[in-house]
Amino acid sequence: MGAIQSRVGEQVSDEIALVQAAKAGDVGAFEQLVKRYDRNVFRIAQHITQNREDAEDVVQDAFLKAYGNLEQFQGQSKFYTWLVRIAVNEALMKLRRRRPERMVSLDEEVKTDEDSMPREVADWSPNPEQLYSQSELRDILGKTIQGLPPSFRTVFVLRDVEGLSTEETAEALDLSIPAVKSRLLRARLQLRERLNRYFKKRQSGDGNQ
Amino acid sequence: MMTCSEFLKELTGYLDNELDERMRAELEDHLAWCHNCYVVCNTTKKTIEIYRDSVLYELPDDLRTRLRSAIVSKCEAKNKKAGPQKV
Repeated sequence: MGAIQSRVGEQVSDEIALVQAAKAGDVGAFEQLVKRYDRNVFRIAQHITQNREDAEDVVQDAFLKAYGNLEQFQGQSKFYTWLVRIAVNEALMKLRRRRPERMVSLDEEVKTDEDSMPREVADWSPNPEQLYSQSELRDILGKTIQGLPPSFRTVFVLRDVEGLSTEETAEALDLSIPAVKSRLLRARLQLRERLNRYFKKRQSGDGNQ
Repeated sequence: MMTCSEFLKELTGYLDNELDERMRAELEDHLAWCHNCYVVCNTTKKTIEIYRDSVLYELPDDLRTRLRSAIVSKCEAKNKKAGPQKV
C-alpha cells in the first residue's frame, strides 16, 4: 500500500517525538500512535488469526505490550515495524492456542517448490474483480488467502497488502531476506493458482452465466 | 536461453522492480516468446493488485473507538500503578 508507506515516511520525525513522550508516560502521545496504526494492526491480526475476536484482542494486547515495553524500543527500526513484530507474535500465539494440534511457526518449510509451480495457466478475464459483487469478491479473497499456510500469508500480507519493504518484513518476522523472498514468491503463485477458478476467462460456449 | 523455472524464480524480483537491467532484459526476452509465463506474470501481478486494493478486514469506527479507549485506560492504569513505585 504505497499511500501508507509515504504517509509513514512523512510522519517519521514527529513519530520519534511521540514515542519519546509516550516513554515519559504521556498517554495522549501514545494514543496518537494507536490512532495511526490500529487499522493496520487489526488487518494483519485478522489475516493471521482469521478470527474477528482474536484480531480485536491482538490489537489491544499488541498496543499494551508496546506501551509496557517502550523502553526497549531503541529507534533503530521504525516504530511501526517494531509494533508489527509484536502484533505478529501475539497473533501467532492466538492461532496456536486455537489450533494446538498443529504447530504454527513462521519457520515452517512447506513442502517443496513444486507446490508453487503453476499447474493451470489460463488467462483471466479483463478486470476479473468486476465479475463479482463487492461482498462476493471479499468472500473469494478471504477464503483463498485462508488456504495458505500462516507463514506464507503473513509474508504476503506484510509485503503486498501493508506495503512493508522486504527488509522491514524480514525484521518484523525475524526471518532472513532470502526466506522472505522465497515465501513471498510461493504465496503469490499459490494465490494466483487458487484464484484461477474464479477469474479465468470463460471459453466461448462455456455457459451463458 | 532462460527456462520457465528460471523465470519463475525471478518473478517476484521482476514484479517488485528489484532486478538489475541485464536480468530484467533476460526476463522480458523470455516473456516475449513464452505465452505461459506471460500469463502467469500478468495474473500474478493482478493477484497482488486485487489484494492490495481490497477492503478485507476494515476496522469499523465504533469498534475502533472502543478498542482505543480500552487501550488508553489500561495505559493510564499502568502509569498510576507504576507511579508510586518510582517515588
